[in-house]
Amino acid sequence: MPRPGLVLDVDRSTPAVLFNHGEQLRLEKLPAGRSRIIYPAEPLEPLADPDGAIAHALANPIGDSEPLAALLRPGMKLTIAFDDISLPLPPMRSPDIRQRVIEAVLDLAAAAGVDDVMLIAALALHRRMTEDELRHAVGDRVYDAFAPHGLLVNHDAEDPDNLLEIGTTRHGEVVEINRRAAESDLIVYVNINLVAMDGGWKSTATGLSSYRSLRHHHNVETMEHSRSFMDRHNSELHRSNWRMGEVLRNAGIKVFQIETTMNNDVFGTTGPLAVLQKREWEWSARDRVAVHAMKTGLDRMPARTRRNVFHSWRAPHAMTSVQAGEVEAVHEVTTANVYAQHLVPVEGQTDILTMGLPYIGPYNVNSVMNPILVMCLGLGYFFNLYRGKPLVREGGVIIMSHPTPWDFHPVHHPSYIDFFEQVLADTTDPRVIEERYERQFAEDEWYRHLYRTSHAYHGVHPFYMWYWGAHALSHVGRVIIVGGDRAAVHRLGFTPASSLSDALEMASDTVGPHATITHLHNPPILMADVT
Amino acid sequence: MSSAANPARPRGGTAPDIAGALAGKRILVTGATGFLGTNIVERLLRSVPGCEVALLIRPGRRSSVEQRLRREVLRNDAFDRLRTELGTDGFDTMCAARVRAVAGDVTSDGLGLNDEGRTVVASCDVVIHSAAAVSFDSPLDAAVEVNLLGPTRIVETLHTLGVTPHLVSVSTCYVAGSRRGAAPEQHVADSPWFVDVDWRAEVDAARRARRDAEADSRTPERLEGFRSDARRELGAAGTPLLASRTEQNRARWVADRMVEAGRARAASVGWPDAYAFTKALGERALLENRGDVPVSIVRPSIIESALAEPFPGWIRGFRMAEPIILSYARGLLKEFPGVPEGVVDVIPVDLVTAAILTVAARGPLPEPDVVQVASGVANPLRYRRLVDLVSGYFAEHPLYDRKGQPIVVPTWSFPGRGRVQAQLKRANDVLGRAEKALSALPLRGRQAQWSADVETRREDVERALGYVELYGAYAECEALYEVDNLMVLVDAQSSTDRDTFCCDPTVVVWDDYVRTIHLPSVVTHARVRTTAGADRGPDRTERLRRQVLAPERHLAAFDLENTLIASNVVSSYLWLASRHLTGTDRLRLVADALRSAPGWLSMDRRDRSDFLRYFYRRYDGAPLDQLRTDADGLMSDLLLARAFPGAIRRVREHRRLGHRTVLITGALDVVVEPLRPLFDDVIATELGTSGGRLTGELLAAPPTGETRAQVLMDYAADHGCDLAESVAYADSTSDLPMLEVVGFPVAVNPETRLSALARKRGWLVENWERANGAPSPTLPLGGRWSDNRGRTPLLERLVNASPAGVAAPDRPKGARR
Repeated sequence: MPRPGLVLDVDRSTPAVLFNHGEQLRLEKLPAGRSRIIYPAEPLEPLADPDGAIAHALANPIGDSEPLAALLRPGMKLTIAFDDISLPLPPMRSPDIRQRVIEAVLDLAAAAGVDDVMLIAALALHRRMTEDELRHAVGDRVYDAFAPHGLLVNHDAEDPDNLLEIGTTRHGEVVEINRRAAESDLIVYVNINLVAMDGGWKSTATGLSSYRSLRHHHNVETMEHSRSFMDRHNSELHRSNWRMGEVLRNAGIKVFQIETTMNNDVFGTTGPLAVLQKREWEWSARDRVAVHAMKTGLDRMPARTRRNVFHSWRAPHAMTSVQAGEVEAVHEVTTANVYAQHLVPVEGQTDILTMGLPYIGPYNVNSVMNPILVMCLGLGYFFNLYRGKPLVREGGVIIMSHPTPWDFHPVHHPSYIDFFEQVLADTTDPRVIEERYERQFAEDEWYRHLYRTSHAYHGVHPFYMWYWGAHALSHVGRVIIVGGDRAAVHRLGFTPASSLSDALEMASDTVGPHATITHLHNPPILMADVT
Repeated sequence: MSSAANPARPRGGTAPDIAGALAGKRILVTGATGFLGTNIVERLLRSVPGCEVALLIRPGRRSSVEQRLRREVLRNDAFDRLRTELGTDGFDTMCAARVRAVAGDVTSDGLGLNDEGRTVVASCDVVIHSAAAVSFDSPLDAAVEVNLLGPTRIVETLHTLGVTPHLVSVSTCYVAGSRRGAAPEQHVADSPWFVDVDWRAEVDAARRARRDAEADSRTPERLEGFRSDARRELGAAGTPLLASRTEQNRARWVADRMVEAGRARAASVGWPDAYAFTKALGERALLENRGDVPVSIVRPSIIESALAEPFPGWIRGFRMAEPIILSYARGLLKEFPGVPEGVVDVIPVDLVTAAILTVAARGPLPEPDVVQVASGVANPLRYRRLVDLVSGYFAEHPLYDRKGQPIVVPTWSFPGRGRVQAQLKRANDVLGRAEKALSALPLRGRQAQWSADVETRREDVERALGYVELYGAYAECEALYEVDNLMVLVDAQSSTDRDTFCCDPTVVVWDDYVRTIHLPSVVTHARVRTTAGADRGPDRTERLRRQVLAPERHLAAFDLENTLIASNVVSSYLWLASRHLTGTDRLRLVADALRSAPGWLSMDRRDRSDFLRYFYRRYDGAPLDQLRTDADGLMSDLLLARAFPGAIRRVREHRRLGHRTVLITGALDVVVEPLRPLFDDVIATELGTSGGRLTGELLAAPPTGETRAQVLMDYAADHGCDLAESVAYADSTSDLPMLEVVGFPVAVNPETRLSALARKRGWLVENWERANGAPSPTLPLGGRWSDNRGRTPLLERLVNASPAGVAAPDRPKGARR
């Protein structure tokens, strides 16, 4: 029976805590008497027979839906949409969940005599997946059967011929999605629900949509009113997506949603990285040696090698549930299953929230964690991993540990480079940025060209990263980055510190010398249920 | 200036008022665009209200004499005082009434006058001849034409015109030659130390020396030398540019030889340099040819900034002492030779002007007289004192280096000239070798600036050496220029003239003059940094960048390789060629490329267009459709991964500003096709096609070297763009022709040679780098295409199990209902 997550009060006997620090590690002593550490739960037991569970889910849908087999008929138009490279994190070991599910769906389709099938990576404004990445997601068999005939494609949110405006929500939000999907008799959406934000109507209404449609909920106003965007019922982001889902449903677009959840076994129980998800006080002598050796080794490696080492890691995390059927009903069950793995009850807020940011986030798979992504991972994702109240009190301080190098992937993140060099050099205020620059980047022909033909994130994507942190920026009094490139950290508008103790000293200017400290021990992912 | 007047002299002499004496007269001035000439014209207009002034001005190549008069004389700040007094309109009216420009040139016989000019000259009452080639390192023949023959040509013209105005000819004290002790105001030939030189023979010899040097410079060996120098400097910049640089090198070599000839000839007969030598012979020739034209000779010593007129510190152009003073203040001249107790004979320009006008007003004497305007005897300034004053001044008011730090001036120990020269020569040699070594290395961008730094250092040393060689003699000169005749004139001056036309060297208080008048003026004119702290305003690069990005620019042309991306045609080829290869074929391709690389490199260095022609043959038979498909992959995998984000941003900035942008590249059109949306237009190399395959033969000369410039010119003409308002970005000297045809060239990550050129010409240099974090595989190999992946037995199972849903790959799925 896996142990649940816990909150540990730090006393003088508490050992140094492991902080992820990009592709490096730090061991930090937290001040005794006023610090606590939130540990995630241990990985839940995976499904013993995933393929059997998938078959069962397809045959026993939840909510107002017939079994998948009953929805398939010869001569129909079927579109299978699936989550892109941003899920799961890190990428999982083969076979990927998507491969299992898609193969199961295709088997049913074949059996039903469906011969108009198209697979679409629902990547919204993310970068197009490469051949290798698609192969990893859907498996070689599916890839080889579909891709050479143009039947396995990346969604193109800038292809005017292949987008269809479905309607407008009661809030005036334009709903526009992939034309092929919209004109299909059935969309089967294959999802991986890594965190509570994923899934539901967000899969189709966001994943298959366009900038015209996305901008209604990907903006500063929405993000500041999503508290948090990991908690659907308190998230403006989700309310907007659900309204769009309503429009889709009313337009007669039929979606068969297949959602899966997975456990948080990202580093495994054996193997070189296993120690990274052990609790420090349980480290054996061997673990301690391993951590020190790993830390020393990584510190001495060239940055490029370090990056290659970490990004080649395929996580052993496994499926814990699969449910299929009607979107909203499915998603309620999915969310409960995500919470079962992630939620850790925490009492009260803290003055200072510390976090060690890992090497990977949704937008730098096989790529580079640039400074904007550092901001987004810390202030967007980690800050928002709460239900109830934010972990840090209003006016409090966030201390993140990450090297924050002035590094960018020129193919994946071209507009990020310009955003960093031009926009952030001007202002870091999300509302000013939105007002002054968003349109110019969003409608830029060159970025559009790179998004459509190369492997670049859409021109507007860095803006969304910045908006993702908007709630945190308006909430906290100060952000300090430990061990970051000074120039890059300054450009982000944050304060650089060379050590955690320096950072805590700086924080005392904002929250006083006896401030309480909470450390978010992540990864693996946890979500604080703050009361 | 009355307060400064020497109380020992009786107040007022018997000579008539200068303004009165010159009233109603027409005075011809030569050399009015020079330092002394401008001062004379200004003083005549301001202090002699009744006279008219005619200026003999050489027509410029593109400007008329009237334009030169306005721009180069009347717009000088010397006239600010008069302009203020009269008001701008009043000044213009006065000039229109009193000033005439006459087109003419003292280096041509008859002064090159037209009829109108002859009439004006014939009507003049006084001629003040101040035109001279004052540079100490003039080529011998140029100095001979101006300094030696100039005065003679004037009197001969006067003879032809049948007039005999009073000619006041300005010479120099240094005609006395290199000697110690008293140098009285006597004719050159009267000196007991005069070496009798026949000036006619010298004229012939100088002209012959020019002809010889010209002939010598055209021998095949020399021409080959000039050409290889040009190639070393410019690299593969194409024939037209190399030719023009070779010709420049030849002309410079001839000029250098003529300078050397002048210096050697002057030294051989006892003058410090060609200037003093030709001036001395000029005096002789003038006396010989003067006929019945009455002549006075005025000899100033070293003329420096004005003591009081038109305002204290007025100076025009940089003269002899200023570059030395500034080099010293910048800490560049660590030592300078000189005799500490020797006299530096300096005289403010307004005193010289006053002396000349006093002579003109007095009129000619029965026999040609000589007046020396010098301070060495009456009011000597010792060399040590001067050095102390200068170093004291700069200790108090230091110049600041680029980082805003004060520069500490060196202390001079007055060594001999030989020692200083030897030291500097050694330093010059060492730096020269370092520079050569660095330029041989394949450096780019910031590294290429090391060599630029060394070059700067070497140039500093070279300049210091030049100063020592040129001017060292003057700091060591121990001749004492007597001023008896000058003092007679001073004594005769009326009391008002003694104020208005003060030419008494004893009034100068050297400490004040050096510290409060001359040095502040020099510093102001040099536009050097005189304030501490880092620059607050935009630095030079930023200013250039703003010019480049000004909205009014028309066109921005970009090179591709190493300007936008760190890649080349070979990488692209390897990527495309390897994309469909597996196993041993891939290895063979790589091995073949590695083996051929050195050959390609040297071919490319010799002639880029030959290299491209040769290299592109490898594309013979390549399927065009396949290349088009692969180009997208190439763009992501190679071009964008190796792009300079700063460069791409720049292209886009130009477009945003409404400039036309064009990529001009030797890369294949198919390869750069995915970059097309970045630019308004792309001009790339095209290969012929036959049956859907490339032929490997170029359709036109690839746009490299001068072809690239031509392509750009044609493009600009087609689109109505003005090249003078256009920008070009390139990285190598093979792009020089293109860079040179635009108004705003930008060197991007320049290799050593271009870096040096860009710095010399003040071009903007951009060092754009690849993004940190960009993938960088060792070899530019294309990822394998999917059709190379083995199909697994599992696939067969899936395919067999679902004959309808998942078709076998060989059954086309494109056909839908």
